[in-house]
Amino acid sequence: MKSVSLLEFKHYRYFKVSAFLMMVAIVAYSLDKPEPEPFGGTVLGYILGIAAALIVVFLLLYGVRKRLTPRIHASNKKNGLESSSQRATSTRATSHQNEGRYGGFTLQGWLSSHVYLGGTLIVLATLHTGFQFGLNVHTLSYLLMMLVIFSGFYGTYVYLYLPRLVTENMGGDTLESILLKIKDFDRFAEKRALQFSDEIIELVALSRQKTRIGGNFFQQLGGRQKNCPTSLAVQKLQGLGKGYSDDKLKSFHDLYAIMAHKETAVARARKDVKYKARLDFWLYFHAPLSIAFLVALVAHITAILFYW
Amino acid sequence: MTENFKIAIIGAGPAGISAATHAAELGLSHVLLESSPYPANTIRKYQKGKLVMAEPAILPLRSAVTFAAGAREHVLAAWEKNLQQHHVNLRVGAQVVQISGTQGQFEIKLSTGQVISAEFVVLAIGLQGNIHKLGVPGQDLPTVQYQLDDPLAFEGETIVVVGGGDAGVENALALAQQNRVFLLNRGEEFTRCNEGNLQLLQTAIREGRIEPRVNASVKQVEAINERGFSLSLVVKTTEGKENILCHRVVARLGASPPRKLVESFGVEFPHADIMSVPKLSSQYESNVPGLYIVGALAGYPLIKQALNHGFEVIEYILGHEVELADESLLKAKLAPFLPSYSVDKGLASIQRRVPLLSGLTTLQLREFLLESEVFAPTPDEVIFNLNDYSNSFFSILYGEFAVYTEDNDGKEISFLLKEGNFFGEMGLLSGRRRTATVKSAGHGVLIETPRRSMLKLINSVDSVRRTLDEISLRRVVQACLAGSLKEDELDYLVHNATVRRYDAGQVLFNQGDKADGLYLIRRGSVMIVRMNEGKEEVLAYLPAGNYVGEKALISDTPRSATVRAAVATEVILLETSVVTEMLARNNTMRDIVVTRYRQHILADQKINFKAQPDDLFNFLMQQGVGEATDILLIDYSLCIRCNHCEIACADTHGGTSRLNRAAGPTHANIHIPTSCRHCEHPHCMKDCPPNAIHRSVNGEVFITDSCIGCGNCEKNCPYDVIQMATIDPNHEQRSLLQVLFGSFARKSQKTVSDVDAPKKAVKCDMCKDISSGPVCVRLCPTGAALRVGPESLSMTMRSNQPS
Repeated sequence: MKSVSLLEFKHYRYFKVSAFLMMVAIVAYSLDKPEPEPFGGTVLGYILGIAAALIVVFLLLYGVRKRLTPRIHASNKKNGLESSSQRATSTRATSHQNEGRYGGFTLQGWLSSHVYLGGTLIVLATLHTGFQFGLNVHTLSYLLMMLVIFSGFYGTYVYLYLPRLVTENMGGDTLESILLKIKDFDRFAEKRALQFSDEIIELVALSRQKTRIGGNFFQQLGGRQKNCPTSLAVQKLQGLGKGYSDDKLKSFHDLYAIMAHKETAVARARKDVKYKARLDFWLYFHAPLSIAFLVALVAHITAILFYW
Repeated sequence: MTENFKIAIIGAGPAGISAATHAAELGLSHVLLESSPYPANTIRKYQKGKLVMAEPAILPLRSAVTFAAGAREHVLAAWEKNLQQHHVNLRVGAQVVQISGTQGQFEIKLSTGQVISAEFVVLAIGLQGNIHKLGVPGQDLPTVQYQLDDPLAFEGETIVVVGGGDAGVENALALAQQNRVFLLNRGEEFTRCNEGNLQLLQTAIREGRIEPRVNASVKQVEAINERGFSLSLVVKTTEGKENILCHRVVARLGASPPRKLVESFGVEFPHADIMSVPKLSSQYESNVPGLYIVGALAGYPLIKQALNHGFEVIEYILGHEVELADESLLKAKLAPFLPSYSVDKGLASIQRRVPLLSGLTTLQLREFLLESEVFAPTPDEVIFNLNDYSNSFFSILYGEFAVYTEDNDGKEISFLLKEGNFFGEMGLLSGRRRTATVKSAGHGVLIETPRRSMLKLINSVDSVRRTLDEISLRRVVQACLAGSLKEDELDYLVHNATVRRYDAGQVLFNQGDKADGLYLIRRGSVMIVRMNEGKEEVLAYLPAGNYVGEKALISDTPRSATVRAAVATEVILLETSVVTEMLARNNTMRDIVVTRYRQHILADQKINFKAQPDDLFNFLMQQGVGEATDILLIDYSLCIRCNHCEIACADTHGGTSRLNRAAGPTHANIHIPTSCRHCEHPHCMKDCPPNAIHRSVNGEVFITDSCIGCGNCEKNCPYDVIQMATIDPNHEQRSLLQVLFGSFARKSQKTVSDVDAPKKAVKCDMCKDISSGPVCVRLCPTGAALRVGPESLSMTMRSNQPS
């Protein structure tokens, strides 16, 4: 079973819209022969600029739309059984098609259009500049916009690519369940280690105390721990099993297995944290940059209105 | 020497005591005859310290005898005092063997040979003379007992209590104090015990003091001497056969009227049904003039009712009019529709008009009506729509109602249901959407009965169960096969049909078996699987309303696939000979079945083409998706784990998210989050004391504000989707300004922090109050969340199989 991804939404509806917009812009630009040269101030330049600005406003609205949940009005709230008089007024569709089941918007649709229309801006805004760049607020806002767009592209890529890896890594587990398992491994290992040398007890104890999952943002993104005490313990244990009697050797192998399992679990947990950080971190650029771009855009528009 | 009395009252139970006390109070010459050594012998046999209930609470008490809910001892002491105070002429040890004569000159013969004559006789002997036994080998072993005097007499034993009625539940609760107790109930739900007992029982089960077995029946009892146990019980449940070793069996299976004895007095019974009660006038007079019957024998099993009747019967004998206790309630309910009738006549007219209700005793009918709603829909008003999810039951009192439905080809069929018919039983029994639209045709009057009351009736009145069973058989056969069957053909099919029940995973028939008939799925769903190179391959998933097994039947070949119940399933089996004959007789049916056969063969071909093991399907079935009507699935290849579904849910539902995205099983890329599946037969609805869980017409199972926070539903849900949470009344959805300038990254808030605040059960209501539908799906930015129902499940899976 597979849902439709945000790029494929409604049979590439917004791809088609964007492609059409870009084609129109390119054709218009190539046919237009303004004097002295193409720039933002020509008729086409204005049209392109206004169109791009409207799209920007629409794109910014996604952030608002995402955070608004539908209202429940008191009058809408039905409690108890519907009486016979209400029975006839049921209007909701009952068909079980997921798509369009309730009509109206889906956030996925918004995101799909957000991605494609955002891409459109590359063409629209670039043509709007007429390829005139300089050291000014206009070019600054253009650059900021490009940063926003490409950070968005990266985000789209991450959204489409990472979920699969997260699932592969986690299987049926959750981060919480893996952390609980690690706790269990620690308990078992420490108990089992007691019968061995101080060196082994120390290794296991260090692994429990110093193994770090997550950490600050960059540590999360790295998904590694330098000299991870668990890996170290597993490594060192390999050479410490010499000279044990059969019984004790079996016990030692058990301990080794527990630590090896823990190492795998720790690696999985770190990977999960890393993936989630990657799913998040681009937004820390995308969102503030878009605010910065909005400010620059306002400056750009104000500037041309006042200093025409 | 013959003694003479005006009134002879036989049986010193609650009804007899009440009648005798009232007679004594009025100074009438009377005698109260009791065969046992004590008055109120049945209640005396209640276990020590048992709380005697005073149900139904709304019914006022009218008797010369005092009675309030309390310990058995208090109740008995009060009655003894009443008997003494009023100088009631009580004769214990007086067993009546014969009554002859008629009003004014009854002769009552006692087992001692003494004869008593009386003008009137009040028969109040109850039902205890005719206790039901287990009906299996070993039922008369000495440690198999049918009553329990003192539960504290047993200690440290393993005891199996059989029967989920009040007696069984009370015994089990009392025995559980000192013993290990199993409680066997015939049905799936404890619908036959009163509310108070039900709550105590649920607490006991939750705390592990009583181990329940539902849908259970005893198949065999054997005396053994093994590991200290003296009895071995074979118990059949839906999960299969279980062997329980124990020391003692206490079976409380109820009792039926001592019919032979009563008939020997000249009293007639309306039908052969073992549970039927004597035919009585509204004043409790039997067909023998002057012989009155009250209490449990008359069909009124509750103490308070019996006490009231004892009072009333004396008044009737004196020729006085008495208004019954629940009269005013019923009057108010019936008056708008049966204005010119008294309540009694109204009830009689209802029974005359609606044959289904004719098997009910007056009491049952009164109770039934008290719980139902009587209303007059306007002409053309829609009672329910095709695919609605309501599950109440409708009886037509007046007028006609039009049913619109579709046959298998999508052609619309409509027909009229007349006065006396009923509808809505398909939804009630199958738990699925309504199979038709019903509209009022003209001015009619309907009785709408809630699901719970109807289930109670089905369980307690055999004639209702039989009628509904037969009718629903007919309708299922009709729906599955063809609307075009003639009445006699339908009769023929129905009479030769057998109903079979299967548990989840049980096989209906195996690949390679000889074809034994056509299986019509009435309830639940089945999966059709075939072994292919040692791997099991799911060919199809069929919900109720379909049939399987026609392929082997038509081509006269062995079964080409194995069919297995996906969830607990009920099928109607039409045997090969019956179907073959019908196919020869009815060409339309033949065409329909043959068309289906062709479709199946062609579909199989396609599946063969891209044959592959259907692990995903098996996974979904294991997770109970087969009983879901609407389940939230997350495509983990698209889910970015942003938990926006939970945030949106919490924001629209008082700050508590009804789903847990991360929890729940995952298979390949399909994740089933912990969230309500809106089951066909919701487990949560089973034991809701305030009846706060309902299903709306669109199928959403939701909890109303009347929730008392008892936690039963949380415990009953096998999918852990109900949680007890504090509802934050001050939770407000964020406004646009807050969205823009409020805290930017907000975490999903699972519970409100105040631990001491009262908690209520909360669960997914599929955003029934939000016109745009479930927010979890709608507000998923990547479209990973989707909701599916059984109809689209197999379709969705097929179309999306990886190629």
